Amino acid sequence: MNALNLTDIGHAFLGRTVLDRITLDIGEGELVALVGPSGCGKSTLLHIAAGLIDPRQGRINRSYARHAVVFQEPRLLPWATARKNIGMALPEGLSSRNRHSRILAAATAAALEEDDLDKYPVQLSGGMKQRTAIARALASEADFLFFDEPFTALDPALRRHMQDIVIRHAGNGKRSGLFITHDMAEAVRTAHRIVVLDRRGNGILGERYIPLRPVERDDRMIFETVQHFMKADPLFAHVEELDERRSA
Amino acid sequence: MTSLAERASRTGQFLWSGWSGLAGLSVFAAVWQVAHEAYGSFILPSPLETLTAAQTLLGDVSAWQLLLTTSSRALSGFALAGVIGTVAGCIAGFHPAILRLVQPQITLMLGVPPIAWIVLLMIWFGTGSATVTMTAAVACLPIVFLGAAEGIASRDRLLDDMALSLGMGQVRRFVRIIVPQMLNRLFPILVMALGTAFKAAVMAELLANAGGIGEALAVSRSNLDVANALAWILLSVSALLAVEYGLIQPTRSELEAWRHAARPWGVKR
Ligand SMILES: Nc1ncnc2c1ncn2[C@@H]1O[C@H](COP(=O)(O)OP(=O)(O)O)[C@@H](O)[C@H]1O
Ligand SMILES: [Mg+2]
Repeated sequence: MNALNLTDIGHAFLGRTVLDRITLDIGEGELVALVGPSGCGKSTLLHIAAGLIDPRQGRINRSYARHAVVFQEPRLLPWATARKNIGMALPEGLSSRNRHSRILAAATAAALEEDDLDKYPVQLSGGMKQRTAIARALASEADFLFFDEPFTALDPALRRHMQDIVIRHAGNGKRSGLFITHDMAEAVRTAHRIVVLDRRGNGILGERYIPLRPVERDDRMIFETVQHFMKADPLFAHVEELDERRSA
Repeated sequence: MTSLAERASRTGQFLWSGWSGLAGLSVFAAVWQVAHEAYGSFILPSPLETLTAAQTLLGDVSAWQLLLTTSSRALSGFALAGVIGTVAGCIAGFHPAILRLVQPQITLMLGVPPIAWIVLLMIWFGTGSATVTMTAAVACLPIVFLGAAEGIASRDRLLDDMALSLGMGQVRRFVRIIVPQMLNRLFPILVMALGTAFKAAVMAELLANAGGIGEALAVSRSNLDVANALAWILLSVSALLAVEYGLIQPTRSELEAWRHAARPWGVKR
């Protein structure tokens, strides 16, 4: 039984085809990393899968109950405290005690301190803002999480820390997820499987399963896997290309 | 909501800011005094004389009555324009086509001098309260409308997507995500519109002889009683300030506590 099936998805912006014949299945409890060069349509595919855009073609079949998205930017409400931002994801009719405990649990899961909960987004650092966004996604008790290059703006140490949070709460088999990144090390570190999107959005190029569970992988294994993929595996030849495909 | 201590500190800061306002007013009074000494009491009575005249006026119940009449007319005009302008502005903000159609009408409304409106409204509504209220409403309607429409149109679409991705319904999205952004834009404009409503109301009263402060001003003018005229001006400005600082600003600071948090120490109002 799959959590999400995308079948034959195609999309165009203003008549320009961005995605074509994309088929992707994500199993229950599986975290899939989607990689591809910048501008190849990864975000568009995620928006379609999360129901934020209607695709031109194709079918989406969701068998999970709820999803949440962590975007590249934190997307917090500037006029609400971190606590209220996290609380946004909760259903309306919750008792205030219940609400409080769920917000606190989500904040703890995202390594946010209780002191920070009463600050406004302007008072939080970039890392704390993104953690608030993750806490908001976790508070919704979604069983499917979408991540759209959520850590690109953060420095390497913070990134590792955030990846650990993802591994703990999405890569643990309880939730499924789709993690978009163009950082191979991030993909190898967090995901069960890496899927490569064609650089012109013409279907999925291929996929590789990563051995071991994400929590069991060590730095050495991650480093060697990335080296192997980048040097010896033709599937990843274009992944870290920097030029935008449309600029040509 | 915000904690009690935080609110008390904000109220304290608000009151404290009164001192800087007072300092500004003192400078103004000093310049006024200099001008008075240069031109004499007949052309420009001193601030003190004006205050005495205002005090005498306030000793009289009928003066309070006049102030109340003008304030209530200005406020109902403001409220009318506020409600219609905000609702219409919200609708236009969501539909760019409507906004484009309405834009010329707004330019037209802004271009017609208030005095022309007063003449038209006097013909339509006679020379009573209705004319004054409508003048105030017509004067502030276009700016409120544009403020609300811009507030909606310039909202952060990324937040819309975020709310949608959390499965929020349309109503909840509007109330929780879009309205706060709109109010953020609209509030400074409401402050301006309130001032406009008072000015338009006094002017309409003066021209239509419709009672209130405007008519009292007309009487002072025919008696060449400059001190009295200045006293009335002082009182109408005080009425406006009372409404602004008693009603609008507290609401605003309640809604914009987060802006306050962003300001570094020493720059707080
Ligand atoms: N709303 C939009 N309107 C028009 N073109 C868009 C829009 N969003 C994305 N695109 C285009 O679609 C292509 C894929 O974008 P995107 O999915 O954001 O790529 P990625 O996330 O892989 O970097 C890009 O060429 C981009 O310019
Ligand atoms: Mg993207």
